[in-house]
Amino acid sequence: MVLNNDFDRHNLQPKKFVLWLFIVSSIIFFAGLTSGFIVYAGDGAGKSLNVDLPKAFIYSTVVIVLSSLTMHKAFLSSKKLQFAQQKLWLWLTLFLGVVFISLQVYGWTVWTNLGIFFVNSNATISFVYAFTLFHVLHIVAGLVMILTAIKSSYGTVPNVTNTFRMEITSIFWHFVDIVWIYLYLFLLLNQ
Amino acid sequence: MSTIAINNPSAIHHDDHAHHQETFLTKYVFSQDHKMIAKQFLITGIIMGVIAMILSILFRIQLAYPDHSFPLLEVLLGRFAPEGRLDPNFYLSLVTIHGTIMVFFVLTAGLSGTFSNLLIPLQIGARDMASPFMNMLSYWLFFTASVIMLSTFFVESGPAGGGWTIYPPLSAVPKAMPGSGFGMTLWLISMILFIASSLMGGINYVSTILNMRTKGMDLWKMPLTIWSFLLTAMLGILSFPVLVAGVVLLIFDRSFGTSFYLSDIFIGGQALAHEGGSPILWQHLFWFLGHPEVYIVIMPAMGIASEVMSVNSRKPIFGYHAMVYSLIGITTLSFIVWGHHMFVTGMNPFLGGVFMITTLIIAVPSAVKTFNWLATLWRGNIRFTPAMLFAIGLVSFFISGGLTGIWLGNAALDINLHDTYFVVAHFHLVMGSAAIFGMIAGVYHWFPKMFGRLMNVKLGYLHFWLTFAAAYLVFFPMHFMGLDGVPRRYYAFTEFESMDKWLSVNVFITWSAILGAVAQIAFLFNFVYSIFFGEKSTENPWEANTLEWTTPVERIHGNWPGEIPTVYRWSYDYSKPGHDTDFIMQTTPHSQTMSSNLLHDFEGNEAAEKIQEKWNLEHNRIDSSEEVK
Repeated sequence: MVLNNDFDRHNLQPKKFVLWLFIVSSIIFFAGLTSGFIVYAGDGAGKSLNVDLPKAFIYSTVVIVLSSLTMHKAFLSSKKLQFAQQKLWLWLTLFLGVVFISLQVYGWTVWTNLGIFFVNSNATISFVYAFTLFHVLHIVAGLVMILTAIKSSYGTVPNVTNTFRMEITSIFWHFVDIVWIYLYLFLLLNQ
Repeated sequence: MSTIAINNPSAIHHDDHAHHQETFLTKYVFSQDHKMIAKQFLITGIIMGVIAMILSILFRIQLAYPDHSFPLLEVLLGRFAPEGRLDPNFYLSLVTIHGTIMVFFVLTAGLSGTFSNLLIPLQIGARDMASPFMNMLSYWLFFTASVIMLSTFFVESGPAGGGWTIYPPLSAVPKAMPGSGFGMTLWLISMILFIASSLMGGINYVSTILNMRTKGMDLWKMPLTIWSFLLTAMLGILSFPVLVAGVVLLIFDRSFGTSFYLSDIFIGGQALAHEGGSPILWQHLFWFLGHPEVYIVIMPAMGIASEVMSVNSRKPIFGYHAMVYSLIGITTLSFIVWGHHMFVTGMNPFLGGVFMITTLIIAVPSAVKTFNWLATLWRGNIRFTPAMLFAIGLVSFFISGGLTGIWLGNAALDINLHDTYFVVAHFHLVMGSAAIFGMIAGVYHWFPKMFGRLMNVKLGYLHFWLTFAAAYLVFFPMHFMGLDGVPRRYYAFTEFESMDKWLSVNVFITWSAILGAVAQIAFLFNFVYSIFFGEKSTENPWEANTLEWTTPVERIHGNWPGEIPTVYRWSYDYSKPGHDTDFIMQTTPHSQTMSSNLLHDFEGNEAAEKIQEKWNLEHNRIDSSEEVK
């Protein structure tokens, strides 16, 4: 690890750019899914989202917006070198992320209890499951990133690396937050 | 040879860590060095290409001799060829896997994977990729995808058989036919891995090109190869995720019982539970990737051809900026033309008209590129190396295959031509021949950079002429079959009276294809032999300008032993009037080429212009490009 901090630092900018490019491809992925929804729903009557979305999705929206705030606090603390604060906010974000996933899963159970299943002759409902499922997968990836950021905040790595991990984690976390807001608004508008 | 400025203090550190212990495993297998990864992609790509070519010979034999029995086939293929005749379902699998391997595994991974990995760091002046680890992962995902794709030949029901576009319902209902069974599932898994590999590679290429260029290498000094790799990678990043979206929905339909793509399906009089889905939805999602994909295939080949033709014509590429803008134009347009694959799906004729117009507009940037290549050759001091011949071959195929694109892009004509051999002829000329020729040109040209040795020229000529002739003999007659309405993917022409008369043509095509396949032995032998016993290469065997030819022949980790060289000029200063050699490398500063500098070389730097003008007066040199004849 000691051998070339200079080389690593030199390499950080391209690596951050890699994350942005991944975000672009992720955006395209969700754009592909939602335009699939539009093409499907445009096919005619009986192919629209004709049930209410689970209430849990409202709460999960609140939770993920909150988690974005806590993530930003963690990011600011790491900039000010307040590592105790950084740790605290990161743990909080991690907790909120887990709560978010639980709320999404709860939303699915609410629907299945009502008889609104993933396997459905109205594929718009299958689409809702697919959207939320793939978004949750992104959240899981985000949680893994938060865990690595937490690990680095315990001072096991040089501060450059800590700041860098903190930075890319927060970029990604805000991104998955925005994706959820987009998906939720998209579904509300297509109800 | 050139002035080198220190522009990268980290280089010193890098040398330190280049000394860490390399084992066989880290050097040849799990290598993170871009040059080794490029070779891994190339060799895997070539092996996949040979396999896909053998598959095509198998179904060509069936097409030429549908009523003959070849006992040897049963020996080789067992239950896939009972009594020496291909099983009809296996025929469909052959066509499907041939297409899949050629389009994705050879012309996407084999082409972009090889040359983007090899040339991006070398030509922009970087020590490696933005993320060497991700680069390694990209290769191993590709390798795993290849293994899974080939393993489907050992599945009881055979490989996927629904065509490389895997339209539902054939791909979505496992019971539809043998080729829809487990082989199809593996096909989907293989493709997901492949897409992950492509995305990792593409993201790395874009980040490396945009962030890690050496000092002086601004975007407009990059060789056209780098431009084409950049735009290809961008296309991949913007289109492959849509295919992922489509494929996961397909997996849901296949394995979980959803109805995204399925509706009103009856098997043996029994209705399936799927209801309300739309198979057209798949076509939209697939072709939104599928069309950009054909440019992912051809654009790197175009970049390679531009570079090879300029070097071997000893002339600057004609219309460098126009070449870049036409690449950008093709990239942009490729996203709004996917509907031309779907003209006959019952699409609104107005929408069809829109897609037709956007499609035909692509002819403009394509024609710009073609004329620029021809103008580059014009009055050049041409060196007919094998690479050059293959690059010229690319232009030839791109013209003859591109012209038929104008027919096919027409929504009205497409009613007749859709899914006929005319389409097969078209895309085999532009992708199957032009893009492959670009790839082979790249192999001959950059072989010394990969292996430190030269390939045999005479075998190269033999390879070129046989392949060139065979490709035209195979694909040209198919146009006439298509115009007569002969549909593609049919198992036995003898079963249809209207197609019976084309059987003799099929025999001719098959023998031409066999000739073309045999010709590849010249290449394969040359390739393998030259790796070990080829003539040793010098540092710059082609007298080219680009940065990769400033690296040592030994191909060290980190590419340059000292500092990374600085770039002072574009990469196409060939035969510049007033200079004593017919090439000036990008690393040569203008202060060393006073006798050939033109005022516009200084890009508005008035101080430099003044110095040049003073020099011109002192040396009695008239500085005006118009004066030079």
